[in-house]
Amino acid sequence: MPTRIQKQARQDTMLLNMGPSHPAMHGTIRVMLELDGERILNSEVEVGYLHRGFEKTCEHRTYFSLLPYTDRLNYVSPLINNLGYVMTIEKMLGVEVPERAQYIRVLMSELSRISDHLTCLAAMAMECGAFTVFLYKMKAREFLWDVIEQTTGARMTTSYIRIGGVRADLHPDFDAVLKKAVEETRLVLKDVHGLLDKNKIFLNRTRDVAVMSREDAVAFGWTGPCLRSTGVSYDVRKAQPYLVYDRLNWDVPLGERGDNFDRYLVRMKEMEQSLRIIEQAAARIPESSRGFIAEGMAPAQAIKESRRQRVRKDIALSPNLEGSEEARYPDILASDKGFVVPPKEETYTSIEGLINHFKFFMRGHGIRPPKGDVYFAVEGGNGELGFYIVSDGTDRPYRLHLRAPCFHIVSSLEQLIRGRYVADVIPTFGSMNMIGGELDR
Amino acid sequence: MTEEKKKRPPAGPFITTQFNTLLGWARKFSLFHYPFVTACCGMEYMSAACAHFDIDRFGAGWTRFSPRQSDMLLVVGTITQKEAPVLRTVYDQMTEPKWVIAFGTCAVSGGIYDNYAVVQGIDQIIPVDVYIPGCPPRPETVLDGLLKLQEKIQHQDHDWRWKKKRS
Repeated sequence: MPTRIQKQARQDTMLLNMGPSHPAMHGTIRVMLELDGERILNSEVEVGYLHRGFEKTCEHRTYFSLLPYTDRLNYVSPLINNLGYVMTIEKMLGVEVPERAQYIRVLMSELSRISDHLTCLAAMAMECGAFTVFLYKMKAREFLWDVIEQTTGARMTTSYIRIGGVRADLHPDFDAVLKKAVEETRLVLKDVHGLLDKNKIFLNRTRDVAVMSREDAVAFGWTGPCLRSTGVSYDVRKAQPYLVYDRLNWDVPLGERGDNFDRYLVRMKEMEQSLRIIEQAAARIPESSRGFIAEGMAPAQAIKESRRQRVRKDIALSPNLEGSEEARYPDILASDKGFVVPPKEETYTSIEGLINHFKFFMRGHGIRPPKGDVYFAVEGGNGELGFYIVSDGTDRPYRLHLRAPCFHIVSSLEQLIRGRYVADVIPTFGSMNMIGGELDR
Repeated sequence: MTEEKKKRPPAGPFITTQFNTLLGWARKFSLFHYPFVTACCGMEYMSAACAHFDIDRFGAGWTRFSPRQSDMLLVVGTITQKEAPVLRTVYDQMTEPKWVIAFGTCAVSGGIYDNYAVVQGIDQIIPVDVYIPGCPPRPETVLDGLLKLQEKIQHQDHDWRWKKKRS
């Protein structure tokens, strides 16, 4: 099938195909370049290599059970995707989230944001030849993922943030692990600043390469660190504060020129701000009303006893339900009965609990938002991550649309690389942080 | 190797082996891999390849981004119908001997994406040696899968005739 560029290409130029199987194209994008020597005259970006039918699939899942699909949109920061989706539903339903859960959400999204920026810059630096930076940043990411794993039970695809709150409370060792992760990340950031900021090779490939003006950035619909690198101060966390971001003290780092180096530097500075947010949130988080490990009755014993009379004692849940005991529900989940998973203790030991459980999970009975549509956006790793959901009153969305930030950013790639050299494609594309799952959905 | 030889190891400063076993031993510890990274699993691939988990300890540290220089294809992530011809081309470009690892549930069976867009398992397109489940698999699982592949390579019949076979 002849593409646009093949039809338009001049006779004396060369067409070069980059991707989709190219290490710098992240496996899911194809760029056709029309070259005059080493210079790019025109290009055509082809997306869609990771189109997994996210939006269509969601129309066949209930509001509760489509949560795992949102993990896999921007897979570098799954918790922010969870948050975006969940807060859209909460806006629709009008759910009040407990304060502790809000702080946990802030902690988790900032950890995800750091790991997102780390991965983006690691890949960008590696593609420019700075392999050490890549290894350092991956090291820092492992420490951050330790915190996420300890809290959520999974390294990446967590489905931790639930409608009405979060799945489980923080682990008792949370503070110690978080402290280590923050320290290690700070060290790595310092090292990376030392390695790259004045590095001649890195500067040559990024400084004044692929400059984006403010007007063009806004016109293309850029958001997030890429938009801020051009000097436009727009951050969803400041513009439309959600959760407890307005109570915390932090700055929005801005760039000046809007080139690749600014995009790198804004991300680096944002990570420092995220660390600030994490430290403040960890200090201010309201205390949980209960110690972590319940000395409870074994589940089998509780089920047996419940046949004769109602069990009043604590029940020890299985390890993978740790932190979501019934007594913690006021701290971590909203009080609205119909919108949150009924506590497992109830489900196991009482008939009402069992009925509530079935009513929650049965098709046609679960969460049913009122008719209407709603849009809500959070600040994702790449920018404004918005969900638009149309409800027809059933338990499944009539339509779900994702406003993926990197779709708008990648759409300007053709303009940014026009007239540059082939080698400039790599840092330009790397600094955009294209994430296939989010871009192609 | 026969049972008889296993029971009585050689006593002198030499080892006896079969050429096939030697070749298997050599090949299993020098896997050059080509990561065909498309989706989420790529993040865990990065973790497995980097310092914390370090796939290099098992002799598969050398990442080649050209299929012609590699002998282990790691299919990391969802393969959509649009991506499928690309994967097949990459596989065909690899030189013998070559092995394929399906990394993650999407590559194994399509995973949670049971819909019009996604190939339901890469074994519909290319032969697969080791399947690593998980969405995404933890790096430990990846390393376990690699060990499984090495065991398979060790016990394989190797075609060591580098001259072209006459047909």
